Amino acid sequence: MAYSFPEEVLEHVFSFLCSDKDRNAVSLVCKSWYEIERWCRRRIFIGNCYSVTPDIVIRRFPKVRSMEMKGKPHFADFNLVPEGWGAYVYPWISAMSVAYPLLEEIKLKRMVVTDECLELISKSFKSFKVLVLSSCEGFTTDGLASIAANCRNLRELDLKESEVEDLSGHWLSHFPEHCTSLVSLNMSCLGSEVSFSALERLVGRCPNLKTLRLNRAVPLEKLPNLLSRAPQLVELGTGTYSSEVRVDIFSNLSEAFSVCKQLKGLSGLWDAVPAYLPAMYSVCPGLTSLNLSYATIQSPDLSKLVSQCPNLQRLWVLDYIEDSGLEALATSCKDLQELRVFPSDPFGAEPNVSLTEQGLVTVSEGCPKLQSVLYFCRQMSNAALVTIAKNRPNMIRFRLCIIEPQAPDYVTLEPLDTGFGAIVKSCKELRRLSLSGLLTDRVFEYIGTHAKKLEMLSIAFAGDSDLGLHHVLSGCESLRKLEIRDCPFGDKALLANAAKLETMRSLWMSSCSVSYGACKLLGQKMPRLNVEVIDERGPPELRPEICPVEKLYIYRTVAGRRIDMPDFIWTMDEDAALQHS
Amino acid sequence: MEAAYENGLNLKATELRLGLPGTDNESEPQTSSPCVQNNNKRSSSEMDTEKQESVAPPPKTQVVGWPPVRSYRKNVLQQQNNPESDGSGMFVKVSMDGAPYLRKIDLKFYNNYFDLLKALENMFKCNIGVYSEREGYNGSEFVPTYEDKDGDWMLVGDVPWDMFTTSCKRLRIMKGSEAKGLGCCNL
Repeated sequence: MAYSFPEEVLEHVFSFLCSDKDRNAVSLVCKSWYEIERWCRRRIFIGNCYSVTPDIVIRRFPKVRSMEMKGKPHFADFNLVPEGWGAYVYPWISAMSVAYPLLEEIKLKRMVVTDECLELISKSFKSFKVLVLSSCEGFTTDGLASIAANCRNLRELDLKESEVEDLSGHWLSHFPEHCTSLVSLNMSCLGSEVSFSALERLVGRCPNLKTLRLNRAVPLEKLPNLLSRAPQLVELGTGTYSSEVRVDIFSNLSEAFSVCKQLKGLSGLWDAVPAYLPAMYSVCPGLTSLNLSYATIQSPDLSKLVSQCPNLQRLWVLDYIEDSGLEALATSCKDLQELRVFPSDPFGAEPNVSLTEQGLVTVSEGCPKLQSVLYFCRQMSNAALVTIAKNRPNMIRFRLCIIEPQAPDYVTLEPLDTGFGAIVKSCKELRRLSLSGLLTDRVFEYIGTHAKKLEMLSIAFAGDSDLGLHHVLSGCESLRKLEIRDCPFGDKALLANAAKLETMRSLWMSSCSVSYGACKLLGQKMPRLNVEVIDERGPPELRPEICPVEKLYIYRTVAGRRIDMPDFIWTMDEDAALQHS
Repeated sequence: MEAAYENGLNLKATELRLGLPGTDNESEPQTSSPCVQNNNKRSSSEMDTEKQESVAPPPKTQVVGWPPVRSYRKNVLQQQNNPESDGSGMFVKVSMDGAPYLRKIDLKFYNNYFDLLKALENMFKCNIGVYSEREGYNGSEFVPTYEDKDGDWMLVGDVPWDMFTTSCKRLRIMKGSEAKGLGCCNL
């Protein structure tokens, strides 16, 4: 069979396979297919940087051109993962600098990236094109200067919400005058002002620039200068959208927007002043994506704005939009697919805006394509959730955050089990779910029974006993990522479902009731899992075995135990007992 | 509600026992769970009254990481909503030339420049000296500077204290030798 098809033909056929799933399936057909496939795989995605080592990856896939990798657990976004946890990308960059000289793309999420890494990238890969650092940290604007200066064919530099040590805005001026290759630049997370003239020139000489996300320091009066030089923009993130109200600024802005006929996405809008909103009305009909989550404008202005955007597919907004604004949204935006409503005052004791469950219900009724929701609110009812479930069986992502932990149905004072149960029962394609409010083990029974396509589940302050966790682990067939905080889940469910953990990417449990003894047992039983105990109180060996650990992170791996752990993390394995003496 | 879960578990093989809802989990180890107060099952009516009684909240203590809003987002909103800051502190980073890592301090904690400078001297074990309007910190081994809202680097002490706390974004303690020869505040 190996003789019937020349390798080149097979390779050509494989080149049409983009998804990792397909390529992995192809690799399993026979040895020769495995060999052919591994030599022509160009893109790799590593969902957990500790699940494999650079050597293993490089040995199997020698010709990679694009790599994407994720590091810290998702709960790191909310400060639950202590500083120094890990996710250092340097060993990867170092290995790839030798093995993949033709590497073109690096996309990282929640990883620690240093200036050293950035410099190494800029000097090692001659055809480097795309750098995306999403929620990363550990580097300064000096590192960006290396990238700007040395990557001759840079197409994309995206710093999505990374925490950058902002030494100065001077890095932008390091783009050489002959650099014309930029397609996408996102510097919105940076604080310092860049040289505006350098920015202007850069934008002006890159004819393929499609995405430009400015930082807050770019003043509104200067925005027209950039837009006029880049009328082909598809995605724009403005700088601060506030200025003293002047007719000339308004008309310049208005005119500049009117030239941007391709604009589909708009973001930024920091400190937005209502007086300047009409300046962008000309682009509204074409917008499919609008991020107003930094715009502190009130409901009437927000309503007016969204009403001008009939083609909107994605809206991110603060709860200033209120129920009334969501009603306007439901009326005007029939193509809406994704809605995220963020809290303007998350720590306030009292509601500061009139945003309730009703807003979400209204949108679920009015927007037939709504499939992805992130909603922060202060009250919820089973009735509302049941209605939403009935309206939107096509929901794929449903993340609800009721701000008060363990808040019951505000009408009946019952747990919200029934409501979330309705969601998982009705929305058969649900892939991601975040729970909140008062919940008993019952909701987990519903989830285990019905949520067969669920891949990621986030649980906080919920459940009564191990039975809850057991339902999830034994019932959710597609589960890949499970993150739990402050729930009364202990040893039993975890140990009874140990094998399940090998089918998942990772499990995070913090402030639960899993004992150190159970962690040790799990680590010893399951050699292909890393069972990592995180405890800032000191070595768990010094406390009784039944004592619950502070935090626990379990993930499948072929890399063995980590060697870069800080002193408050312990790996449970056969050597666990020998580690501490 | 049927007990379907009872059948599927093969409890003997795992030698673990999972109780039905409504029964006590007597084999549950008595560990102190720092998080959840109500570990036991209860009927919904009991729970209602419990909940209602305990619902009159004392001053809210913030739970770490809740609600799940990214710090990135929190910081931006804080800057926008509260130029004079709310109860949650005015943390700024402090770096010192030559020190391997940065510190963070809460400006709200101090009442005046004297307190702040004393605290910095203690924190970094350095000598900052005394400010004078005409000569800044001339003669000091270390000079405290800060970056203000406009992105400019200023000498600590030039503006009134309240103006300083609301406009200070970060602090940097420079070596006195680098700060020499400065007539005005821009570094």
